[in-house]
Amino acid sequence: MPEFTTWDILYNLILAARWTVVLSILAFICGGIAGLLVLLGRVSPLPWLRRTMNLYIELFQGTPLLMQIFIVFFAFPLMGVETTAWTAAVVALTLFTSAYLAEIWRGCVESVPKGQWEASESLAMSFTEQMRYVILPQALRVAVPPTVGFSVQVIKGTAVTSIIGFVELTKAGTMITNATFQPFLVYGLVGLLYFALCYPLSVYAKRLERTLHVAR
Amino acid sequence: MSLVKLTGIHKSYGDNEVLKGIDLKVNEGQVVALIGRSGSGKSTLLRTINGLERINQGSIEVDGACVDPGQSDLRALRLKVGMVFQQFNLFPHLTAGQNVMLAPVVVKKQSKADVRTIAEEALAKVGLADKFDAYPDQLSGGQQQRVAIARSLAMKPRVMLCDEITSALDPELVNEVLAVVRKLAEEGMTLLLVTHEMRFAREVCDTLVFMHKGRIAEQGAPEEVFTKPATPELAQFIGMVTER
Ligand SMILES: Nc1ncnc2c1ncn2[C@@H]1O[C@H](COP(=O)(O)OP(=O)(O)OP(=O)(O)O)[C@@H](O)[C@H]1O
Ligand SMILES: [Mg+2]
Repeated sequence: MPEFTTWDILYNLILAARWTVVLSILAFICGGIAGLLVLLGRVSPLPWLRRTMNLYIELFQGTPLLMQIFIVFFAFPLMGVETTAWTAAVVALTLFTSAYLAEIWRGCVESVPKGQWEASESLAMSFTEQMRYVILPQALRVAVPPTVGFSVQVIKGTAVTSIIGFVELTKAGTMITNATFQPFLVYGLVGLLYFALCYPLSVYAKRLERTLHVAR
Repeated sequence: MSLVKLTGIHKSYGDNEVLKGIDLKVNEGQVVALIGRSGSGKSTLLRTINGLERINQGSIEVDGACVDPGQSDLRALRLKVGMVFQQFNLFPHLTAGQNVMLAPVVVKKQSKADVRTIAEEALAKVGLADKFDAYPDQLSGGQQQRVAIARSLAMKPRVMLCDEITSALDPELVNEVLAVVRKLAEEGMTLLLVTHEMRFAREVCDTLVFMHKGRIAEQGAPEEVFTKPATPELAQFIGMVTER
């Protein structure tokens, strides 16, 4: 039985934390793009599209992330689509992120006064032109703080992918615990690492929010 | 031939029938004031003319572009109809110049250089040539409203709709906006305005349309309408207004 120093443990956890970061960034970028599309559908003038996107959002907000990961990981192979833990994790977190971001951003879009829609509409702009040039630039300003705030949820969400065997911070913690029998030390360090990732983001989000209020 | 032709317009919000069969013709260059009590349907009527409100029945024709209740493509109509709102509704993230330039560039796909000239002319016309780079929150209400007029003008509409465009302004700023409208009228712009400024309506408009409970109760030349109201409703309305 090899001996692990605390330093060894921390070093290995940091290596694994890189995957937490990569997964978070990927989920955030892909989820952001998908979320923008969901948002456009959610506020579009087409009632059926609005309803469909609303259902999408409700579905992902109304079920545990764990379930969503299971479904992607286990159900896709049944439909003949091969998945690895890595792709399943990215896909599931992307879907999850897109639903939440779309809903956050919808609130921001709806905070833009109705007169802005009417003025741009009466200038003969189409829905996409209105969104692109009038509504989104104004919504963006208020969207930044809650979006940064939500990135914390994405990082914490990646922990759940350990269940399907994707080796990120939490999974690495479990594996190292099994080898060292030092759960307090290991999970304590795991917790600290998550905190180190999340805390700056939530502080930053709060600061953004404050400057936004001052700017008003 | 009339430039604007409304035929049998009906509009309801749920059970509340707000427009109960409106027929109205506006000729090129005509300046029409819509007056009437609060809730009589003036705003609603104006908003149907550029498709901000869908109608239940009837038809709207503006210079050959036509809408009926089933039609969804309102772009052709809106290209011919400009609208100025009570609350200005300038785009706060854009400068005055950008506000004016946006739609011609984005909607009409005109070149930026051409549009810049158009925008400068439009702002000059409303007396704000020097405010091209100012943001809306750096402008007074009256200046903002004049930018809104310039923004609408830059699209070269055939007719402009104005819904109580001085009602949100401090009294001392009303005249600068009315002066712009007066100038447009003199230059031959076709205008349809909802207004509570009776003196202005009397001086500038060639037709007054009095709306009552979703119908056009009376219309005619201002002097005529003001001095010889045919209906008790109008007589009462005029009394009410002049008393104030
Ligand atoms: N979006 C809406 N939904 C439901 N009812 C509405 C809506 N807009 C207007 N109405 C109703 O339609 C009627 C006519 O309103 P409208 O705004 O056209 O009147 P108006 O003549 O412009 O009045 P004002 O002088 O106060 O502006 C009112 O009874 C109003 O309550
Ligand atoms: Mg009104």
